[in-house]
Amino acid sequence: MRWINPSWISSRTNNSRTSRRKTLVPGATWLPVLVILFLASVLLLSGVPDEKRISIYSTVANYSLQVLGRDGADYVGLLEILEPLGEVSARTEGERWKLRYNDVDAEFINEKKHVRVRGKDFDLPTGFHLENGRGLVPLSSLTTLLPRILGGPVTYHDLSRRLFIGSVAVHFTAQVIKANPPRLVMNFSAPVNPMIATEPGKLRMVFTREPVLPTSSLNLTFDSKIILSANYGEINGSAEIAVNATVPLLASFSNNGRTITLAPVAMPATQPQAPQVSSGPPSTPAPALPSQAAPAPRRYFAVVDAAHGGDDRGAALSDQLAEKDVTLAFARRLRQELEARGLTTLLLRDNDSTLSLDQRASTTNSVHPAIYICIHATSEGNAVRLYTSMLPAGSENRGLFLDWDAAQAASHTLSLTAQASLSAELQHAQLPVHSYIAPLRPLNNITTAAVAVELTPSGNDVAQLNSSPYQQAVSSTLASGLASLRTQLETAP
Amino acid sequence: MIPRHFVISVVVMFAVALGMSSYVWHMRSHARETRPAAAADNRPVAAPVSGPTGQVTLFVANDQTGELRARSARIPLPAGRQAHAEELLRALFSLYLEKNSSHPLGPGSEVRNIYLVDPGLAVIDLNQAFADGHRSGILVEELTVASLAETLSANLPGITRVKFLVEGKERDTLAGHADLSEFYEVSAVNQMVARLQVAQ
Repeated sequence: MRWINPSWISSRTNNSRTSRRKTLVPGATWLPVLVILFLASVLLLSGVPDEKRISIYSTVANYSLQVLGRDGADYVGLLEILEPLGEVSARTEGERWKLRYNDVDAEFINEKKHVRVRGKDFDLPTGFHLENGRGLVPLSSLTTLLPRILGGPVTYHDLSRRLFIGSVAVHFTAQVIKANPPRLVMNFSAPVNPMIATEPGKLRMVFTREPVLPTSSLNLTFDSKIILSANYGEINGSAEIAVNATVPLLASFSNNGRTITLAPVAMPATQPQAPQVSSGPPSTPAPALPSQAAPAPRRYFAVVDAAHGGDDRGAALSDQLAEKDVTLAFARRLRQELEARGLTTLLLRDNDSTLSLDQRASTTNSVHPAIYICIHATSEGNAVRLYTSMLPAGSENRGLFLDWDAAQAASHTLSLTAQASLSAELQHAQLPVHSYIAPLRPLNNITTAAVAVELTPSGNDVAQLNSSPYQQAVSSTLASGLASLRTQLETAP
Repeated sequence: MIPRHFVISVVVMFAVALGMSSYVWHMRSHARETRPAAAADNRPVAAPVSGPTGQVTLFVANDQTGELRARSARIPLPAGRQAHAEELLRALFSLYLEKNSSHPLGPGSEVRNIYLVDPGLAVIDLNQAFADGHRSGILVEELTVASLAETLSANLPGITRVKFLVEGKERDTLAGHADLSEFYEVSAVNQMVARLQVAQ
């Protein structure tokens, strides 16, 4: 990272001002020039459009290419389209560009609309462009040109620039499961991995690599007061599904990426300080949007994260026992103990779902808890282990934006305090405990106090990890330790 | 009429050819019988190292106590930092692959390559058997990472960062816990090792 010495700038500025004063025109003359420069830079910075791209989906590969503007129309390199699909070669002979795709020959002429494919002539909507041996064809010609070369149908979505070669579409269904809370279950005909973004009242899933298409209607309305509707749209080579809801939603993946389940982030009761005994989600979730809740006091005291889950089984503790099952059972018990002490708790994973480490960190940071507790388990050892993060030597924060890998830095002292307090509480309860720092994600990415707990059997009996008495003893002690830290954690900035 | 000495020469040469064919056939059969045994031996093969030996410090993990212990060892010290680094980790791995190791690694675990990249970056490329056979758990994975990084940095001054690869590729975690996606700062590893030694 580079830093500029202000004194150096000051001296340079003063020197230049002094030297120019004698020879250049008065300062008033410079004012319009400065204004023009300022406006030009604003225009340059704000007016840079997104790069236009076309997404191509086929049975062989899904890929995206840059779209180029020529003569007011959109063009794309024909060789680049065909290369992933088969054997292709091209050669330039003067103004002619000869293409061979598998056993199909095509011939184009620079600046001309006339084309010959498989010995038959036809016209492009606008002229072909030959640039440094690269053949550019108009996007509007793809639906007529490609079937002649490929020998099969293609479908082109003109407005969103999505090209489907053959029957490759991934369809989906969406259904709201009426439970408490309701869940929106979306089943896809092939695995998907969208980018997910949330904003007040909406969760967006953007599919850039998958040929997602709606089965029927673009707009789905659900009979639910919480999950209202889902809208399908396409833009710049991507498909987007926006789900509208009255509460923040959390997405989880299952069925090898073919199913996405959206469920409300469990909301606490309207009186967060009131003691609660129930371990389940609150019966009356407050339909508050994040924007309404922003000035309100902290909604959750703790976020408890049962590590692993879904496809990630974690350690194989025994032939039958997986780490993900032990962590989930213990996390539920810890939530119960915390809520019994009046500490509102969000369980990040309350079923066997797959959550990425980034999703865990993002969700935790978005609800601003006082502390994040991550649960792990191992078959080796004889003491509960407490970990705080191993931070990198430096961080590269940019203004309000924190370095993701060092987001924990500001809260690390608080994490160490929590670790020490929990350690003392466990020792007081005659439970052996050791404390470490560890290179364990997502601890580094959490913006509040963060501690990982690793459960170990006291002897060689791994089954103890899943036993009620053991889990009850450890969870109860941890909850007591956290309760004693409540004021310190809640008043931390 | 064929001369007698010519007939004798042809017969002798024919007998020699037959004898040599029989010998070659025997040698090929022998080689075929011994080859499977050699292929089944997947123990890491140490390159022969010549030259003087020297005293080094290995940071050896102990699963029972959950700590790293500095242990002096005398190993061959080849010329060149990279060969030196490879010899260090080879010595460390040989300890971990012993029958009664304090921190056993999976069979066939070995260091494929070490790249010393200026300034101060060491890239340790481990084999698939190492990653596949590693036990899963926060501490056991942390001990491995800390042991390798600390042994290198303690014996090769100037190393400030360590990066781990598996079969030449980046990997998210070692066995589900220890983060391998980022560079390890030696200063942070030193803190981690210090905590490992005082945690007991």
